[in-house]
Amino acid sequence: MLGVVRQKMLGQSLPKIRPVVSVLRSYSSAAKQMTVRDALNSALDEEMSADPKVFLMGEEVGEYQGAYKISKGLLEKYGPERVRDTPITEAGFAGIGVGAAYYGLKPVVEFMTFNFSMQAIDHIINSAAKSNYMSAGQMSVPIVFRGPNGAAAGVGAQHSQCYAAWYASCPGLKVLTPYSSEDARGLLKAAIRDPDPVVFLENELLYGESFPVSDEVLDSSFCLPIGKAKIERVGRDVTITAFSRMVGHALKAAEILEKDGIDAEVINLRSIRPLDRSTINASVRKTNRLITVEEGFPQHGVGAEICASVVEESFAYLDAPVERIAGADIPMPYAANLERIAVPQVEDIVRAAKRACYRSVPLAAAA
Amino acid sequence: MALSYLRSSSSRSVNLLKPLSSSLPLRRPISTDTTPITVETSVPFTSHQCDAPSRSVETNPKELLTFFRDMALMRRMEIAADSLYKAKLIRGFCHLYDGQEAVAVGMEAAVTKKDCIITAYRDHCTFIGRGGTLLEVFAELMGRQAGCSKGKGGSMHFYKKDSNFYGGHGIVGAQVPLGCGLAFAQKYSKDETVTFALYGDGAANQGQLFEALNISALWDLPAILVCENNHYGMGTAEWRAAKSPAYYKRGDYVPGLKVDGMDALAVKQACKFAKEHALKNGPIILEMDTYRYHGHSMSDPGSTYRTRDEISGVRQERDPIERIRKLILSHDLATEKELKDIEKEVRKEVDDTITQAKESPMPEPSELFTNVYAKGLGVESFGADRKEVRATLP
Repeated sequence: MLGVVRQKMLGQSLPKIRPVVSVLRSYSSAAKQMTVRDALNSALDEEMSADPKVFLMGEEVGEYQGAYKISKGLLEKYGPERVRDTPITEAGFAGIGVGAAYYGLKPVVEFMTFNFSMQAIDHIINSAAKSNYMSAGQMSVPIVFRGPNGAAAGVGAQHSQCYAAWYASCPGLKVLTPYSSEDARGLLKAAIRDPDPVVFLENELLYGESFPVSDEVLDSSFCLPIGKAKIERVGRDVTITAFSRMVGHALKAAEILEKDGIDAEVINLRSIRPLDRSTINASVRKTNRLITVEEGFPQHGVGAEICASVVEESFAYLDAPVERIAGADIPMPYAANLERIAVPQVEDIVRAAKRACYRSVPLAAAA
Repeated sequence: MALSYLRSSSSRSVNLLKPLSSSLPLRRPISTDTTPITVETSVPFTSHQCDAPSRSVETNPKELLTFFRDMALMRRMEIAADSLYKAKLIRGFCHLYDGQEAVAVGMEAAVTKKDCIITAYRDHCTFIGRGGTLLEVFAELMGRQAGCSKGKGGSMHFYKKDSNFYGGHGIVGAQVPLGCGLAFAQKYSKDETVTFALYGDGAANQGQLFEALNISALWDLPAILVCENNHYGMGTAEWRAAKSPAYYKRGDYVPGLKVDGMDALAVKQACKFAKEHALKNGPIILEMDTYRYHGHSMSDPGSTYRTRDEISGVRQERDPIERIRKLILSHDLATEKELKDIEKEVRKEVDDTITQAKESPMPEPSELFTNVYAKGLGVESFGADRKEVRATLP
């Protein structure tokens, strides 16, 4: 439904033509819908088809069709040479993947979840990330480590950690965090084509979500640039940065804030390393207020880096302290009510945005 | 007459201890002489889950001379590195290989530069074996631009991709899965080549080794795991670290061979055997019984956990260079003086190269920011004071 909404924003009134959005994003009905799962599957398929050096390796990726069905159909199409089921030995198969990349193949190594990547983290950091530097350019490592990251639903403390901050702190790695199906396709293709080691952090709860995809996105040559964030929603009053599943939360928060006269700009980071500092800073220079949102632990998190960057680059433009919304500073509990308050919810983002706008109390009367 | 002696011995097994003969002038130049000579290895091979190869090894004067020269060069290089380290021209870590040279040269004699080699941090001589130059070694050790990693790697991070040498790794045991990955890629690419993944007795207990071996055996990868057993993992003797120090048997379902790693010809035979095996039947383990004269690294005197008698005993009885020298002399392939001249020549080469390496400048400060990525995407990187030092990654 389309409608014209008049709004008062901080004393100014601007006519706006904006679709009245409900819970799901609605676009032109002619656009195709694609789940993130299908987006990832099609990206893998197309890249494997285009380059015989690309192969997939991980637990249950072949005969089981993928623990989350991301690699469905690939074994049948490409055969067991190129879709390799591994034993449950992350250190071993991650190392083998890196060795294959040294030789010039392009492995896509799947971790069933990134929690298990900790068993292989030495190979990701010391064998992959640092090799090009230590060898002064002789040993490039065109590998992709991918899999679900962050919280799922009720899986408990050992299966819910977000690894974005850890991997993104390491020079030599690229760290990508798709949100939509367009992100999933474009960023996975970019990751596979990239000559450097890429940590590709998906999210289990997003796999089943549908997003509209244009013909351009569906084309096999579609690719997104690494290191560029996307402004999902243009706004004037406050910048909200988010990545992965939290982008959805941020967009919902923006809708709620709009009703209260706060026009939020939502940035989908897409890339944690390299971090698109220029897009973030340009946005903050426009809005003067920043909320960072992430699912992971707060200390030394992605939001901390963004906050520091903005303080360093755009201090004079800040009208309020930077607010961080992050996962609770605790191991993830199991009970549903505790889990709910351990992970950022839409209302947390709304509250923080209002704080940044000095609007802790509901807007009484329009100015 | 030397010439007829060579001809008559071409197809016979020859005892090592033959008296020297003295007819020199009519001998063919040893450096090109490929007349086959058969030599027996010091001890027979011991095998696990496979038939051991014969202990009769075919070689020739050219090869023996090459072994001698190459090992003498490696020996001299490592000793010179010791001095440079004490003179503080080499910093950080420096793990020396003197005593173990036979493994590097024997292996090279059995393989091509299309086969891959990957090792841990005791890599200077392995790099030379793969065709790296002395200058690249000394310059890298001293952190100079002429180094094989342009001064940015250091002792533990030598690489030579164009001859399939994949480093140079500092994390104990990590190189083994990486090596199995190289073997995977060789098989995937149908190259009909193999990978030798070298590791020490200390690394032999690493879990990731067994993970990689399991996958290699499942997938029939042409991976040869070579345990350079110098009997000490840093300061810990093998019997204190491994419940079973029979490393060639540790592969369980994977065949293994125990080899006298101080006998370059035994190493060559074993590697040749292993390559044939790996191409047909998948992974195999070679345990090289070897010894390092130096301590684990330059900060380890090497005498607190072993006796000086043990070290000198090995030097007396089993030194790899002495073995080849005796072989060359007993077969009358060269005189003592000629061999001494080679050693002098090698010493000079090392000294001259060090002088040259010292001339090489340290890397430019801008090199701080190069090679972080193969494709830097023009992103920013920062120095310690990010307002002061920033760079765009190429």
